[in-house]
Amino acid sequence: MSEVLVLVDQVDGEVKKVTFELLTAARGLGEPAAVVVAAPGTAGKVKDALAGYGAAKVYVAESADVDTYLVTPKVDVLAALVAAKSPAAVLIPATAEGKEIAGRLAVRTDSGLLIEAVGVEKSGDDVVAVQGIFGGAFTVKSKSTQGTPIVTVRPGGVEAEAADGAAAEETVEVPAADAAKATRVTGTEPIIGGDRPELTEASVVVSGGRGVGSAEKFDVVEKLADALGAAVGASRAAVDSGYYPAQFQVGQTGKTVSPQLYIALGISGAIQHRAGMQTSKTIVAVNKDAEAPIFEIADFGVVGDLFAVAPQLTEEVTKRKG
Amino acid sequence: MPNIVVLVKQVPDTYSERKLSDSDHTLDRESADAVLDEINERAVEEALLIKEAQGGEVTVLCVGPDRATEAIRKALSMGADKAIHVSDEALHGACLLQTTKVLAAAIGRVDGVDLVIAGNEATDGRGGAIPAMLAEVLGFPQLTHARKVEIDGSAIKVTRETDAGLQHLEASLPAVVSVGEKINEPRYPSFKGIMAAKKKPVETLTVADLGIDAGSVGLAAASTAVLEAAPKPPRAAGTRVQDEGDGGAKIAEFLVGQKLI
Ligand SMILES: Cc1cc2nc3c(=O)[nH]c(=O)nc-3n(C[C@H](O)[C@H](O)[C@H](O)COP(=O)(O)OP(=O)(O)OC[C@H]3O[C@@H](n4cnc5c(N)ncnc54)[C@H](O)[C@@H]3O)c2cc1C
Ligand SMILES: Nc1ncnc2c1ncn2[C@@H]1O[C@H](COP(=O)(O)O)[C@@H](O)[C@H]1O
Repeated sequence: MSEVLVLVDQVDGEVKKVTFELLTAARGLGEPAAVVVAAPGTAGKVKDALAGYGAAKVYVAESADVDTYLVTPKVDVLAALVAAKSPAAVLIPATAEGKEIAGRLAVRTDSGLLIEAVGVEKSGDDVVAVQGIFGGAFTVKSKSTQGTPIVTVRPGGVEAEAADGAAAEETVEVPAADAAKATRVTGTEPIIGGDRPELTEASVVVSGGRGVGSAEKFDVVEKLADALGAAVGASRAAVDSGYYPAQFQVGQTGKTVSPQLYIALGISGAIQHRAGMQTSKTIVAVNKDAEAPIFEIADFGVVGDLFAVAPQLTEEVTKRKG
Repeated sequence: MPNIVVLVKQVPDTYSERKLSDSDHTLDRESADAVLDEINERAVEEALLIKEAQGGEVTVLCVGPDRATEAIRKALSMGADKAIHVSDEALHGACLLQTTKVLAAAIGRVDGVDLVIAGNEATDGRGGAIPAMLAEVLGFPQLTHARKVEIDGSAIKVTRETDAGLQHLEASLPAVVSVGEKINEPRYPSFKGIMAAKKKPVETLTVADLGIDAGSVGLAAASTAVLEAAPKPPRAAGTRVQDEGDGGAKIAEFLVGQKLI
């Protein structure tokens, strides 16, 4: 069985959920081989987690250069592995960095790049990517016609399932960076996540829009989110008005989320907002305008004032949790 | 005095209905209104800010069908100096690798490019890959997802903003930069700018002009192929109730029924 390379997304040794989703997807295509390109000492921390999702192999490429140079060390390692192992496909998380790594790898290996997959399938000898485009309005299946299929897979697209893997380690060299072509990372300011789950990984998302009215009043959204163990999102109007930070924007120019439950508070449901959330399994909306387009896609809608409805819901949820 | 190329793309207006053509699953460009992608206005704005501070020249580059001239004119009316428009029937259905190759070849025609500025992600495909791919082909460093750009001689510093937070980047020119949504507020073209844009030079090129064989690009030669495409049935509206003091409780009931709480 051919190998399927999965680029591991991790922060300080903590593996991101999307990695488990990719390993799960890889099992349907061949033998999953996790690729850890990180600072020295990382592989030891992540190995057990990768084994728990069926990684047969773990390629370990550790070097201080990985954190010092942007994107290219990961491309270098993957390109070397593609040449050496002739994998059936390379799966990479469709994050900002993942998309760039995948793009460069496709150029380097002269391979077809399949972007934003929400699933991967095997069809004969082909690896087929399932994509939802225009905010999920169309479902498209496509394949690569040359080289090794390089697929970026959207977080939340595939459901992660645990499985046992041998996680046999093999060390891979990180080639020295070419200073003229490389970009140095001279400092980082990671987002302090707090206790809430990450927006693209959360199974419940509660979002607020312009209807929330101010930054202070956003605590109505946060309280409901915390009662549900949810992530907080915001519309672009809410972000642009300074109610909530930009990294929480949901929509066409923000995050695409696809949680089990999405609750929209004071959001009209403009097409660009819908593009980022309409593949959520269940949608609940609260809006005082009965004509708001969000109701066209809501499974359950309440026409009313969010400042009355949301706190009551928070209370009900807290009560039930007892 | 940096010599800057700004990459602009015309995209279907997201307010209009976007479709795929039935015959070959490519974007049905006729069915939707087309606009200069909003993120590219920010790319043009950043180029103009650099030019205003340091001098130099701003060339707009667009690979797209004939009607993309409207998007190019908009960029020129904002204040860019000139434009290159690669328009060729042969590019219909081009894949990301081909588009990158064509962009790189066109950039090669501009003498002494110091900086290529693109949007970080187009609204039509959400690829978010072209700037990095272009950096790979050109052999330039990439400083992408910028929310701040500083140029000092041949050194460039960028503050990159992604989900992970901020990163401070440094490299030397020539380089590829992509800008994020929060970098600036693009200016509106002035009446004078709109009039001046009509006289600015737009060089229209075919792929053959770039030394690329027309047979090596387009749908037939693409590195990816669409096997099937189907519109997804639109979501149906569910239940809608009026809040009568019990709206929150009703949602809770619904969520319990769905086993969501
Ligand atoms: C290129 C482009 C990209 C875009 N990208 C995005 C994107 O990524 N994400 C995004 O969200 N938008 C995006 N937009 C903007 C989008 O078009 C809308 O302007 C935006 O989504 C509106 O946000 P909103 O629903 O919060 O605000 P509004 O449309 O102003 O709606 C506010 C709603 O709150 C309701 N309301 C007010 N007070 C209350 C109350 N007390 N109780 C209950 N309801 C109340 C109102 O009835 C109204 O329906 C984009 C636009 C463009 C052109
Ligand atoms: N056909 C094109 N012509 C000019 N610029 C382009 C083209 N395609 C992509 N770009 C540039 O690359 C950016 C990112 O696009 P994408 O990688 O497609 O999401 C865009 O905002 C443009 O600046």
